[in-house]
Order: sequence, then structure tokens, then C-alpha cells
Amino acid sequence: MFKRGIPIAILSLTGTLLVAAHFSPMTQSWGEVVLNWFSVVAAITAILGAGNLLLVNLEKISSRRPGWAYSAITIAAFAAMLVFGFLKIGAVPNPQNPTVYFAGDYETRESAYGWMYEYVMSPLTATMFALLAFYVASAAFRAFRAKNIEANILLVTAFIILLARTYAAELLTGWVPKDSAFFFVRLDAMSTGVIEHVATAGMRAITIGIALGALATSLRFMLGIDKSYLPRS
Amino acid sequence: MSNPTTPSGGAKGPSPVAMIALLLFLLAAVADQTLFSEPYFARKYVDLKSNERIQARHTGADGESRTAWLEPTDQKIVSGEWKPVEGVDPVKWTTRPAVTEKEYEAVQAELAANPGTAPTRTLEASPIDTLGVWVAAFLTLAIFSFLWRDNPVYKVAESLLVGVSAGYWMVNGFWTALVPKLIAPLAPGFTQSNLLPDLQASSTPGLDFALALVPLTLGFLLLWRLAPRGGWISVWPLAFIIGTTAGLKVISSVEADLLPQSLEAMKPLVVFSPQADDAAKLGFDFWMSLSSLVGVVGVLSVLVYFFFSVEHKGAVGKTARVGIWFLMITFGSAFGLTVMGRITLLSQRFEFLFTDWLRIG
Amino acid sequence: MTDQTPHIGPVRRLLVRLGDIDRRWIYLSMALAVAIPMLTGLSFPETPGKMSSATFDAIESVPAGAKVLFSFDYDPASEGELQPMANAFVHHCAARGHKMAFMALWPLGKQMAEATIDSILLANHPQYRYGEDYVQLGYMPGFETVIKGLTTNFASQYPLDVRGTPIGNIPLMSDVKTLQDFDLIVTVSAGYAGAKEWVQYAKSTYPDAYVLAAGSTGVQANQLFPYYPTQMEGLLAAVKGAAEYETLVAAAYPPPAHPERLEEGRRRMGPQFVAHLLMIGLIVLGNASMFAARGMKGGRR
Repeated sequence: MFKRGIPIAILSLTGTLLVAAHFSPMTQSWGEVVLNWFSVVAAITAILGAGNLLLVNLEKISSRRPGWAYSAITIAAFAAMLVFGFLKIGAVPNPQNPTVYFAGDYETRESAYGWMYEYVMSPLTATMFALLAFYVASAAFRAFRAKNIEANILLVTAFIILLARTYAAELLTGWVPKDSAFFFVRLDAMSTGVIEHVATAGMRAITIGIALGALATSLRFMLGIDKSYLPRS
Repeated sequence: MSNPTTPSGGAKGPSPVAMIALLLFLLAAVADQTLFSEPYFARKYVDLKSNERIQARHTGADGESRTAWLEPTDQKIVSGEWKPVEGVDPVKWTTRPAVTEKEYEAVQAELAANPGTAPTRTLEASPIDTLGVWVAAFLTLAIFSFLWRDNPVYKVAESLLVGVSAGYWMVNGFWTALVPKLIAPLAPGFTQSNLLPDLQASSTPGLDFALALVPLTLGFLLLWRLAPRGGWISVWPLAFIIGTTAGLKVISSVEADLLPQSLEAMKPLVVFSPQADDAAKLGFDFWMSLSSLVGVVGVLSVLVYFFFSVEHKGAVGKTARVGIWFLMITFGSAFGLTVMGRITLLSQRFEFLFTDWLRIG
Repeated sequence: MTDQTPHIGPVRRLLVRLGDIDRRWIYLSMALAVAIPMLTGLSFPETPGKMSSATFDAIESVPAGAKVLFSFDYDPASEGELQPMANAFVHHCAARGHKMAFMALWPLGKQMAEATIDSILLANHPQYRYGEDYVQLGYMPGFETVIKGLTTNFASQYPLDVRGTPIGNIPLMSDVKTLQDFDLIVTVSAGYAGAKEWVQYAKSTYPDAYVLAAGSTGVQANQLFPYYPTQMEGLLAAVKGAAEYETLVAAAYPPPAHPERLEEGRRRMGPQFVAHLLMIGLIVLGNASMFAARGMKGGRR
């Protein structure tokens, strides 16, 4: 019962309550309470993630596994952020309550936490994602093959978008008057046509498909038919 | 988050390479900042702004007395409406918003042009921020070094990112959600005197306390996952999370996607619109009609393609094939836009290196 | 291996060889394609397209001095694409005299909002006073549940601003009971939770309560196209959308200070142009190399 009955009851109850909250003003405040709890639980999942990270890396260090020094760096960085953030090191006082130390904003650029964000976390995150530009170039060269009709359609569409969304469109087809009968050979018109009509239609069908799937899955969960989240045995 | 790390021979354990690289980098930073009056690389400037608050008291007409921390120049104090509280020291501190090099130079030029006048703003070079730019440049190059091959410098940067991010999310979640939504109802007095002085007393403290016990329990059970035994109990909070998401999705999938998107797909196929030469006259609009037709055919054919319970043969197969073409155009557009986005992210990093750090371009 | 094949021209041989090129040459070409136009300052005029103009009009459609909720749903990973949009949105709204509340569904969104407030709002519109003309609410964990909560009771999700002031005591927020008390919602969004959730949980339930405008990354844009224009009045897609919208905003409301901060998107279109041509060139070369190697002894694929 503890492993199956209670979780199913919790799931159905929260789900039903939120559906009810949507339709009746009487139950609206109950919905608010549930959503508030969710906020708190979501914040605690961040603690769970951090705890997990800590365990994995500590284990790596204590067993001196290859690369343990990197784990030490991870933990040191993590610990530094916690100290800077929880103790609000270098934070400026709260103007309305300057004598209450912990009322200050810990994220401003005067604080240690803010410095770590601006000069360590932000450049690292941004550069990690900037690497993808290189990978996508390499993948385009190696994997993007015009093997069949479908691949060709995809390729031509990609070319239209890539050209039309820069000045290349103007250079290549800018000479075709916008109000002429042949305006559709203009790359920008083609791109608009592709995006607003064809791709939107395709995406609309996908959206409808996803909505049907989400509806069915949610109902299966709420009715206790789908129990895939429960522990086995 | 994408993790492009691939198993490779390099970087098995602690390596001095990264430390030496960082050291050289920082040495270059110090040399550039100290040896030259006009450094070749970045120098960051800040605007020193002093702040002061004094505690003041105001006695209203009803005889009720209130205190607040105000600026000494606040109109309420100047007018004498609020009186400074005696025996309480003023609190002073400095904030340091960043300014551009141009602004710094403008203020310096102004000072040079009018010697003897008091500067309107105190702008000065900020060593800690300049160091920050160097650290950011080092880390940026460290990540880019992965393109050459996996190496200890990259690994250090990556480990740093993981640790800093985890710490950031945890601290942020604590102050933004846990303090006002969990700690405040559980310990209003403590929160009010130490964390959130402006917190107002609730009219239903008992109820708030009881309600806050629920997420506290759920959170506790969630963290039980980290314990060596009994981790299955975390399925309770998991059920709560899924239940909340499912309850919201049931409504939103119908209300936001299924109904409006189906409606959008049902457009008149033959469109008449006002003529260009005579707005009163309606004429057949070829492009609008084509657009509607493409919309309807696209949505229907893709949906047919998604029907896997029917064998894709005959008419169904042909329609599904048209659906595939629509999907290919959709994916082609997605690919083009994705490529576009990735390149922009790279531009932004290069801009940082060129403009902020190297000061070229 | 290729040398045994009798009739093979030098071009074909080169193409076949090219197929085995080290990936690092491709990386280098991409780096140069972005760096060179950046250093030479290559730039082009922008002609605003339909979607960007619609986004501009959507913001204009709200009466001056209206209440705007900004949701910064992105982090530094998408700064290159989205910061130009955020800058232009905030400047546009400030030039229209709108009152602004800033929030974030992403943890780092608060920092992105903070940076925009400093570099755009306060730098160009110093008359904006905290609490009266703008307020920073910060990040709130909970994804779409936050949006849903805001539609029924704003203070239940955001009891306080980032300074710890109860929102009932903030002049700008004192008459905000629910999300529907805002006239315009602007989300600058990189993914979940973001623009799609704003459509699903706010705009679809209260279609007439507010105008919704979104700035989106290229990756996510496709997902949002079906919502435009019925469920989302404005949509900026990728840096092109940013550049076009910037052009419109800067023309209508020239920024009094730091005009370069409203040129970020347009500045990035130069490198974009060269890099797109490179991408097309790479795809064509890759295919040519494949066709050249086809049917050859030991040829690839």
C-alpha cells in the first residue's frame, strides 16, 4: 500500500484537484496551494540534484578513481558557491533594511556570488553552447546527404531558410519587384511561404499530435492506468 | 545541458598543464595592467556610488509612530515630516555599477577641461572586474580548446561549470522559493527578524504552518533518495510532481493546442478578398486560397502519417507520403533556424573575446 | 586505393580526398567565417519582415503607460540570440512609458533581466523609479505551475519582490491581483519553460486579457509558428527577428544613450551571412565528395 496505493492516490488527488480548480472558483484557492507546494518541491529537486552530484564526486575522490582531481574542482566550486550565496558574502545591504544582514541582495555585481556568475558561470555556459556551431558545421559536411526525395526536400528548405534569413536574399533575388507576378521567386517570399504556410502546417499537425498524446498520458496517470513511475516489486 | 565530452586518452588525472596555463594567463593579466599606463587588453571601469540611509521616525495624526530607513536627502526628512532617530548610526555602503571605457574617458576629459571642479561621478578602474574579464577569457578559450582535442585545461573548465551551476541553482532555489514559501510560514518570527524584515504577519498563521508541512514532508521524502536505504519513498513526491503536471496538461492540451490548432486548420479553401482596383468588389484570391489549401492538406496528411494503427498502403500510404514531405519541409525549416541560432551563440563569444578582452574590432 | 581506378580526373580526386578531411579544418573555417566579418565590421541594412512588424505593432497596440510583465526565460547560453531582443523590447516599452515588472522562469533569467535593466532601462530612461515604474520579481521555481498560479493569484506565486518587499506594498503592483491585470506579456524564451507555456497556461485561458509577444531562439521558433498570430500576437525568431525588430524600434524611438546596445542583433547579421554561406558550401561539398567517391573501389558509402 505504501509503495503503490498512496502514490497513486497522491497523483490522482493532485491532478483532479487542479482540474477542478480550473473550472470552479470555489476550488481555485486549493489549486493555488498545490501550485505553491510545487514551487517548493521544485526548489528542493535542485537540492536533490546537488546532493547527488556531491555523492558521486565524493565517491570518485575517496576511491581515487581516474580524474578524481576534477571531481575535487567540481566540489570546491560547488562549495564556494554555497558559501558565497548562503552567507551573502560581499552583498550590499538592503536599502529598506540596511541593518538586517541577510536581507541584502546576494546576486549583485558587488558580491562574490555575483562575480562568480558574471565571470565564471556565464562565460562557461555560453561557450559550451557556442561549441555547437562547430559541431553543426562538421555534421553538415559529413551527414547531410541528398540520398532521396525526402532528404532533398529537407535540404532545399534548409537552403532557402539559410539564404533568406541573411542579406543573401537581397543580393540574389532582391531585383525581382515585390509586387510583380513573379514575386514568389524572391527568397524572402519563399522563406515566408515555407515558414508561415508549409512548416506551420506540419508543426500544427505535430502540435495536435502532441496534445492528444499529452491528454491521453495525463489521463492514464490520473486514472491509475499508467504505473510506470512506481517502484517495481 | 549538452556534454560534448568523449572518452579519450588524454586527461587521466590531475595534470599541471591547466594550472600552468592559468598561471601564465594571470601573469599576463597582471603584467598588462601594471606595466603599461594604457593596457593593451581589457580594463574594466566602475562608477563608485555611495549610499547612505538613516533611520527616521514619523508620528502620524493617530499618534501611531513608524520608523523607516531613508536617504538623508529624502524629501520626507528635508521637510521635517520624518525625524532622524537619535542614537542610531547611519549605514553607508558603496555600489559599483559597471561603466564603459567611453564613459570613463568622457568623465576624465571633462575633468581635464575643467580643473578644480568636483567630479559629478567617481569613475575608476576596477582590478577585480578586470581580473574577471581575464578569467572569463581564459575559461572561454579553455572550452574552445576542446575543438582541438580533449585536454586537461578543458576538463578543469568543465568541472568548474558543473560545480558552479549546481551551487547556483541550490542557492537560488533557497532564497527565492524556500525562504518565502516554506521557511516564512514555518518560522514567521525568525524569518521576519533575520531574513525578510518586511514580511507581513499572516492572518492565519496556524493554517499556513500546517499547509507548509506538506511540501516540507514531500521535500524530505524526495531527499530520502540520497539515503542508502528506503529510497523508494521518493515515489510519493514524484507522484505529486506527476499529478500536478498531469492535472495542468489535461486542461492545457485541449484548451491551448487541440481545439485552437484544429480550428486554425479549418479555413475556407476558396478565399475571396477585396480587389486591388475596387475595394468594394470581391475577387478570387489565388495566394490566400493556396495558403488555406496547403494548410489543410499539410495538417491532414501529417496526421494520417502519424496514424500507425492503420497500414500505410493505397490511398492512406499516398497521403502519408505527402505528410512526410510536409514534415521534411518542417524539419528543414527547423534545421535552418537551429543552425542560425548556433552561429549566433558563437558570434557572441567571439564578440566577448574581441571587444571585451582584446579590445579590437 | 583510389590510384588504381583508371579514369579519375584531378577534381574528382580532390573531392574524394576532401571527404576524409580532418574535422578541425571545418572548425577553423567556421571560426574564420564568424571572426573575419566581425573584425571587418561587415554589416547590412535590414528590411523588417511580417512577423517582426507584427511584433512591433503588438507592443504599439497597448496604450502608453500600460502594465507590462517581462518574463526572462533564458540563460547566458542563449544570450547571443535573445539579449538583442530583450534590449529592444525593454527600450521599446520604456519609450512608450509602460510600467514594467520583470520575472523569470529560468534561474539565470533573473540575472539576464538585471543586466537589461542596468544597461538599457536605467541607462536610456533614467526617470524610471524602482517600485513605481519597474519592479524586479526575480526567479520562481515551478515552470508552468508558476504561470498557472499567476493567473489566479499573483501574490501566491510572487509574495515578495527581490528586495523582500511584499508586492502589496509596491506601488506598481498594489492593484495587481492576477496576471490578467497586465496589458502585455513579453517573454524572451529559450525553451521549456517559456513562450509555449505562456501560450498554454496564460494566453489560451484568457485570450482577451493581454497581448502576448515572444522573442524566441531559432531552435524553438518552429514550435511556436502555429501559435502566431492567433494565440501569440508577436513573435521574433532567431537573431534575424532581433535585427529586424531592432531596426523598427531604433527608427521609431532612437535611444538617447548607448545606441550601440540596440545594434547587437544587426551587428551579428554580418558574421551570420558569411557563416550561412559556409554552411551551404559545406553541405554541397560534402555531397559532391560523396558522389565523387560513389562507385569507386574502396569509395566511401
